[in-house]
Amino acid sequence: MSSSGRMSDAVVQSAPARRGLEPSRTVLDNGVVLLAKRTSTTPAVAMNLAVRAGSAFDPPGRAGLTWLLSRVIDRGTAAQSAADIAEELDSRGITLTIAVTRHLFSLVCTCLADDFEPVLALVADILAAPSLPDAEIATRKGEVVTAIRQDGDNPAVRANEALMALLYPDEHPYGRRTKGSIELVESLAREELLRQHAERFAPSELTAVVVGDVEPERTRDLVARVFGGWRKPPPPPLALPLPVRASARRRLVLPMMNKSQADIAYGFVAARRRDPDYYACWLMNNVFGQYSIGGRLGDSIRERQGMAYYASSALDANVVDGPLAIRAGVSPANVDRAVASIDREVAAIVADGITQKELDDSRRFLVGSIPRALETNAAIANFLQIAEFFDLGLDYDARLPALLGSVTLDEANAAARRILDVDRATVVIAGPYQD
Amino acid sequence: MRRTTLDNGLTVLIQEEHTAPLASVWCWYRVGSKDERPGLTGVSHWCEHMNFKGTENIPRDQVKGIIEEYGGSWNGYTWIDQTTYLETATRDALDRMLFIESERMARCLYHPDDVESERTVIISELQGGENDPDQLLDQELTATAFKAHTYRHPTIGWLSDLKTMTRDDLYGYYRRYYVPNNATLVIVGDVDTDAALARVERHFGAITTGTAPARARTPEPEQTGERRLVICKEGTTAYLKVGYHAPSATDADFYPLLILDAVLTGAKGLNLWSSFRVPPPQRSARLYRALVERGLASAVYGSLLPTEDPFLYTISATATERTPLAAVEAALVEELDRASHDGITEAELKKAKAQLRARMVFDTDSVTNIAHQLGYFETIGSVDLFVDAPARIAAVSADAVAGAARRVFAQSNRTIGWFDPLPAA
Repeated sequence: MSSSGRMSDAVVQSAPARRGLEPSRTVLDNGVVLLAKRTSTTPAVAMNLAVRAGSAFDPPGRAGLTWLLSRVIDRGTAAQSAADIAEELDSRGITLTIAVTRHLFSLVCTCLADDFEPVLALVADILAAPSLPDAEIATRKGEVVTAIRQDGDNPAVRANEALMALLYPDEHPYGRRTKGSIELVESLAREELLRQHAERFAPSELTAVVVGDVEPERTRDLVARVFGGWRKPPPPPLALPLPVRASARRRLVLPMMNKSQADIAYGFVAARRRDPDYYACWLMNNVFGQYSIGGRLGDSIRERQGMAYYASSALDANVVDGPLAIRAGVSPANVDRAVASIDREVAAIVADGITQKELDDSRRFLVGSIPRALETNAAIANFLQIAEFFDLGLDYDARLPALLGSVTLDEANAAARRILDVDRATVVIAGPYQD
Repeated sequence: MRRTTLDNGLTVLIQEEHTAPLASVWCWYRVGSKDERPGLTGVSHWCEHMNFKGTENIPRDQVKGIIEEYGGSWNGYTWIDQTTYLETATRDALDRMLFIESERMARCLYHPDDVESERTVIISELQGGENDPDQLLDQELTATAFKAHTYRHPTIGWLSDLKTMTRDDLYGYYRRYYVPNNATLVIVGDVDTDAALARVERHFGAITTGTAPARARTPEPEQTGERRLVICKEGTTAYLKVGYHAPSATDADFYPLLILDAVLTGAKGLNLWSSFRVPPPQRSARLYRALVERGLASAVYGSLLPTEDPFLYTISATATERTPLAAVEAALVEELDRASHDGITEAELKKAKAQLRARMVFDTDSVTNIAHQLGYFETIGSVDLFVDAPARIAAVSADAVAGAARRVFAQSNRTIGWFDPLPAA
């Protein structure tokens, strides 16, 4: 195509073929799973160590326990003080990020390849033998309480949390606030944190993913050295209640009159990651609220009507049915119009379905974006961690194009009909707006 | 990395990276919010939005999907010194990416209907920013710290200007600044330099040279006394922000101050595009220990970004529940005074350099990030600033840091902002 050519002259070439990631997988005799992948893009190594001990494991009535544990776990071990750990990480330019999702408790960092060995040993020590000092717990509680206060002043967070609470009622682990409430956080005792760690952190629950400029054999030796002596029985599995789909439309308004813009969260209980129609759901959602700038939703609400800086939908398929959540940030004067526009788009996709061209466009994009999505060490490590958690196989990246390629138009439209329904939508509005 | 200038004045930087079958193309323009006059604040950013709306050869209804069909992503941003656009996709999309950028440079349409639709989108973006007290405080602090230089107004613009700006204002601004001799095109990825350059020539060579826009600005006079502002608005959390007039990217004090920031709040690296992805290593940093470890603040963050003119070094802190802002401010200022009087230790210097060395490796982990860095520095000064950064950092002495601390951390050079929340009505 030349600069004077027209778009219609474009000849789409096929994307370059790529080799699969082909990570090596090892299981230590205590159950620790290691996935290792050598890359040499930069002289660095990304580590992603995840324990199946996320916020879903908070005991009933104790939502927030795991989050506080994540704030304290790297503040001292049996062998090292918080100051020692801080110095060790800072002197190497490393930030250890500790993340909590519903199912996973993750320690993630990138270090220079030269620092790999001592950093892995340090992270292993933090994960297996935290000391959780009282003074650190007190300080971290203050931070968490401040963060909860900040969330309370954030319309986007409040809309999303309220949506999840409505979609997953009755203390369902997917509906609880990960950080918990201020009252609960202030009541948490060190013994509870220690007990949670003792009960949920075990070698059988750990998957360590290491991607970067280090030989997989060396990684295996090091992981065996730092985790091989960790002996604990596997904890009991989590029994998650099955979410119940809404039987009627619900609407909740959270007035926040000190704000300039309102956030809309509009959602449904949607899909499991291992559902047979997961790829149909993924493609349908891409057409509906992702492709280019927010798919059909972005076209309608941002591009055609100029109502919002952002309007999109996200599918969070999980162990049990996760949500499909539509989000938009609009001026208070446009809230009703925006909700009506979302209703129209939901009704249209259910009634008329998506087109073959839309399906093909989204499919081509998702398949074509795989090399970009797997460019960095950290991104590869995260991808492998998710593939392991959902048992998708070591060749998942190589199979993904075919999995997306096999979805038919009928399947994508059936997924829309299964999940979306204007009359059963849950709608939350947070911001300078009142009914 | 090869640097070339086409006959029409377009600067081209190409770097081959064969680690993934990808290419990233960025087109940078030397125009940002500092180039805006009263009445037109926000025009640079609004032009950026308009430049995604179709061109003479990319019909409006074919914008969507133009890069997605290659699995690519595209985006853009505007800040005080620059406006930039990027595509990253598989390497076979190189021609498409160059086509998009050549169209964007010379043939955007600015249809009146799109202007009106985008007006409300941008006002929505502004209001979304106002929802965040920290962002609001940042905007007010900058406006207070600068009284003459155009760095004082927010990149998104003031609401009144966004309501009144016309299509002709936008289009005239676009035509003035979007000329090849005011731009830098960057290509990084799995490409052959000679072949890529030939494609660049084919797409951009015929675009006519424009009149190089003058960038006349009023230098900010020296600040002669501490300035303060307090935002009183409903909220749940108190925020403190302290800003000091800081050296530009070409100033000898820039890298010493970058080291000092690492000592105070942990090293962020130099990549505006990616450095926010991962927080800095700061557990042993002075201000983290003085504010967060003592329970006065739940977070502290320092920001020194490379800019063409002297901008601000800011330190932001979030006060914990029931901690008065005055207590946070006192502890913070005490630490800055200590740095100003005593400088830093050799051990701190060594650690800060190690942090920056690591961050610069981490921040160039993708073709997109490498391309950003080349274009960013070329636009605010010269790509050499980036290429030489490791050597400049390595050469910084503790004395140089102490000197920068004395010059920058003077009380008369600072502006202090509080977001002091009022209880909900």
